[in-house]
Amino acid sequence: MDLSYSSHHLVLREDVRDFIFKHGKQSPKPGGGRKRPGQATLDWQALLLERGYFARTIPKIYGGFGAAPDILETAIISEEFSKAGLSSGIMNQGISMLVPTLLEVGTKEQCEIWIEKTLRGEVIWCQGYSEPGSGSDLAAARTTGIVDGNDFVINGQKIWTSSAHFADMMFLLCRTEAGAGKHAGLSYLLLSMASPGIEVRPLKTMTGRAEFNETFFTDVRVPMDQIVMGRGEGWRVANVTLKYERLLLGDPNKLVLRLNRIKTMMEETRINNERVIDMPEFRERLLKLQGEVLASKYHGLRLLSDRIKEVNSGVRQMIVKYQGTMLGHRLSALAVDVLGMAGLRYSPQGEMTEDDDATTWQIDYMYDIGLIIGGGTSQIQKNIIGERGLGLPKEPKPMNKGGSRADGF
Amino acid sequence: MDFDLDDQQRLIDSSLRVMLRDRLPLERLRLACEKGDGFDPELWEALCDIGMSGLIIPESYGGSGLGILDCVVVAEAMGHAALPTPFLSTMVMAPLAVKRLGNPMQQEEILPQFVNGDLRAAFAFETAPGTNVNSTLQQVDDTLSGRLEGVLDGAGASHLLIQRSDGRAALVDLQQAGVEIDLYQSLDRSRPLANVALKNVSFISLSSGLEGAAAEILQIGRLMVAADILGAAQYMFDAAIAYAQERTQFDRVIGSFQGLKHVCAEMVSMLEPCRALVWYAGHAFDQQQEETPLLAHHAKAHLSEIGREISRMATETHGGMGFTDLLGLHIWFKRIAQNRQLLGTPEHCRRDAARIQGWVTA
Repeated sequence: MDLSYSSHHLVLREDVRDFIFKHGKQSPKPGGGRKRPGQATLDWQALLLERGYFARTIPKIYGGFGAAPDILETAIISEEFSKAGLSSGIMNQGISMLVPTLLEVGTKEQCEIWIEKTLRGEVIWCQGYSEPGSGSDLAAARTTGIVDGNDFVINGQKIWTSSAHFADMMFLLCRTEAGAGKHAGLSYLLLSMASPGIEVRPLKTMTGRAEFNETFFTDVRVPMDQIVMGRGEGWRVANVTLKYERLLLGDPNKLVLRLNRIKTMMEETRINNERVIDMPEFRERLLKLQGEVLASKYHGLRLLSDRIKEVNSGVRQMIVKYQGTMLGHRLSALAVDVLGMAGLRYSPQGEMTEDDDATTWQIDYMYDIGLIIGGGTSQIQKNIIGERGLGLPKEPKPMNKGGSRADGF
Repeated sequence: MDFDLDDQQRLIDSSLRVMLRDRLPLERLRLACEKGDGFDPELWEALCDIGMSGLIIPESYGGSGLGILDCVVVAEAMGHAALPTPFLSTMVMAPLAVKRLGNPMQQEEILPQFVNGDLRAAFAFETAPGTNVNSTLQQVDDTLSGRLEGVLDGAGASHLLIQRSDGRAALVDLQQAGVEIDLYQSLDRSRPLANVALKNVSFISLSSGLEGAAAEILQIGRLMVAADILGAAQYMFDAAIAYAQERTQFDRVIGSFQGLKHVCAEMVSMLEPCRALVWYAGHAFDQQQEETPLLAHHAKAHLSEIGREISRMATETHGGMGFTDLLGLHIWFKRIAQNRQLLGTPEHCRRDAARIQGWVTA
């Protein structure tokens, strides 16, 4: 076990601290992925890109910093920014999911066109995956793309498209190969949200806000070269993207920060003049969660080391989304209990304004359930862990009387 | 950066596991549990032969001079095998106490005896931390009298190391007049506990220790128990997965049913992060990092909780067979259950974690 830092890592840490000391005041508030970045956020993003504190290892020709891959460097940078409570740059689906997907399976031309603009926050993406009839069973997507001349013509409906109401572009999973199998019939397309025939309707969620949308397609034309990989290879591309989404959802750094915030709140909150942290019943819950968070934290460190060594983490990686989102919800559940009756004033301000602390925790307490469901529900995760991770056999497919598969594929 | 065992640790782990697999088939483990005397001389000798008795004893005294993470690796393998012979006290906690509290002459005299396997030490706290066993101890001149309850690894012990309430330690030769050992049948038949009565016995006082030695010995003890639970829980989990892949009902392998598949997924989701916590805590001790006490208390508490869940779920996965004596799975169930109560319940470990963070004033 060697968890020491080499001298160039220590130098980098000093550089980052120095940068934060000099420029930290310019940072927008962390988060903010749920709205279109404003000028301050774009300026901060440009500064981070220039210094190599964002997109550090993405090639220069695609707008990155072009540093050799060094996962520890990335970890040091994000650690310092989160310790200082600063924004470590824009987090959105384009940056976290589409960019790594294009780098992995896109063409050079696609990378050149899209990556830099996406990294700079100039182009915002949304994800066209789930449909009303295909959520967990993503590959059952029925939105079609029929070839007409040099275009695919898209018809159908997507749901849970967060950011669609302000996004410029969408990465879309649709059925282009009629008659091919369930998975082999899918393609992965990139299309402009300004295309005629797209209608976006906000979808109000249990938090009272419209974090998602429904997106309708009527004869939307997409040039045939705006496909990632080939026709019928959409399922493979979609899984590359999902891999990055799940990495994002189980981030243990977030859990550590959350635990610390709750601890502080428990020291500051009083019930009948007694500090909440002095009440054994509450303190025991915090301590149990601390044990869980510590385990997750070091598990995250172990996965980081696997990535550096290019070791396949197998089941260790697969548990992160399920385990992390469930633990996240247990943490926000403690937070709303600490807030108690005084935390029941609930007034979400919508996207453009900051919410008060109590409302933010109540939103998290509900939004966490969205995270448990999104990117593959906990139940889907447990299938993946059981089947791909532990080698347990799949559930047999139901058969129709005639012997064909009941799902029609 | 490398968050993994190094080559030497892998070698220790694999040679120990191979030895235990060969020397300790289930029938032998069953016999040991039926006898319930907690000491298997042949196995003991085999362990000494591969250097286990001198694990953390400095090379200058004939030991291997290994660190705490190395001990964690060994404890995990011991728990996996449900080793029916002393480890925690005589291979880790007692030598550690002599190292930390003995003067150079005492170290030179005592430590080599651990290595050759002649000195086998049970371990007791005068004030047992976070448990409800009661001990009394009085010193009159140079002798000790009293009664120690819940003594660890009393089976086959030649000596008893007592961690006294004032921070000093006492090493008592058990082969002298005035010593009475009551080795009682315990929940975990492979590792019986003991009550020891002492009447005017002589002892070696180990008192040149640094401040904090007693606390550190307890913390490392707790970490070892956590690692033991990790190994035992991994054994039960592996057995459950194998059974789920093999047992057929309704013309299907039962692991294909989501009801059971999801239980298996939950088990691995709980267990894998535990390994990272326990390994990291061992590493932190070796690097003398500040957060070691916190990690040790949390490791013991968290592994006790997860161990309880996994031992239930893995037993359940085996259906009625899991509840019978036939598969022997209950040996590991009881090991995990006993570990939970040793050296402080999880509730008490969490209270210690709260104290060192200043979260509790009392």
